[in-house]
Amino acid sequence: VRRSVTWAVIAVCAALVGLLSYGLASSGGDTSIDEALSQGQRPEVAALEQPLPVLGDDSRSGSPADYAGKVVLVNFWASWCDPCKEELPLLQRTHEDMAREGGLVLGIDSRDLTDKALATVSRYELSFPNLRDRDAVLARKLGAVGYPETVVLDRQGRVAAMRRGPVTEQWLEQTLPPLLAETA
Amino acid sequence: VSARALTLVALVAVLLLPGAAGAATPKTTLPDVEDEVMCVECGTVLNISTSQVADDQREFIQQRIDRGQTKDEIKAALVEEFGPDVLAMPDRRGFNVAVYLVPALLGLIGLAGVLLAARRWRHRRQTAVSGPSSKGEPDGLEPDQEQRLAAELAAFDR
Repeated sequence: VRRSVTWAVIAVCAALVGLLSYGLASSGGDTSIDEALSQGQRPEVAALEQPLPVLGDDSRSGSPADYAGKVVLVNFWASWCDPCKEELPLLQRTHEDMAREGGLVLGIDSRDLTDKALATVSRYELSFPNLRDRDAVLARKLGAVGYPETVVLDRQGRVAAMRRGPVTEQWLEQTLPPLLAETA
Repeated sequence: VSARALTLVALVAVLLLPGAAGAATPKTTLPDVEDEVMCVECGTVLNISTSQVADDQREFIQQRIDRGQTKDEIKAALVEEFGPDVLAMPDRRGFNVAVYLVPALLGLIGLAGVLLAARRWRHRRQTAVSGPSSKGEPDGLEPDQEQRLAAELAAFDR
């Protein structure tokens, strides 16, 4: 009896350690896209085809993949995130510039109150489309660990660049022109 | 008859008054909801969170409390806005079941340990009380200690 109790306790402890390891492993950000980009690859990410509701209109949906043939700068933001709001005027200007060359900015509002998000869109006079990633499911699949984060898709819908944290004018100038110059 | 009817009406009114007063008071409070909700940015319970989004969430909750919504209705509205992860205690589905099972399992293991220790302690105590063991030696004494004890007792008898 004593031996079987010992084994039962060991088995339960092992199960708990396994559970803890699983929890730790699943909570970490996915860096596979970062690794592929650092090796000069352009990964295709299936999650980008996942439809998300349009911000402010849950009856309509869209996805980054809807803009195939265009260069898409996908920006994850939230109204409570100050660095996100600071870069919004730059992103609006970038959207206007990209639109002339077959590109666009696509905002993805995440983990946010809809009213606050819509107020932010209005306050910064954003003309680019915005989707709502309520549970941050897409953000997590792209390995996002904070806000803002930006992913640039080439005209074939592949991830061509990624920026963890706020974008800078310099980064945009280095990243976008070569992609906009490519043909589909 | 009218006096009896008036008394009856008065009694009914008295009985209904606490209910009416209860209906007029808010159905829940901010602290009551806060400790069951997570701050979506910080990953901590809302009642200890101080970030911008935590303030937004508190404002969202307070607005619904003012409208007279119940705690469950407010939690459902929060899930609608932020997803199920906003709740401090997740649904009892899938992997989330572990949140409820693990503490229960740990409790059972602890209880089993205490029972086992108590049983062992009782067994030891019983053996000590029952006197010399089957080998004919006083329990707990080494042979040299037994010899020394016998010698000292013999010296005492003299």
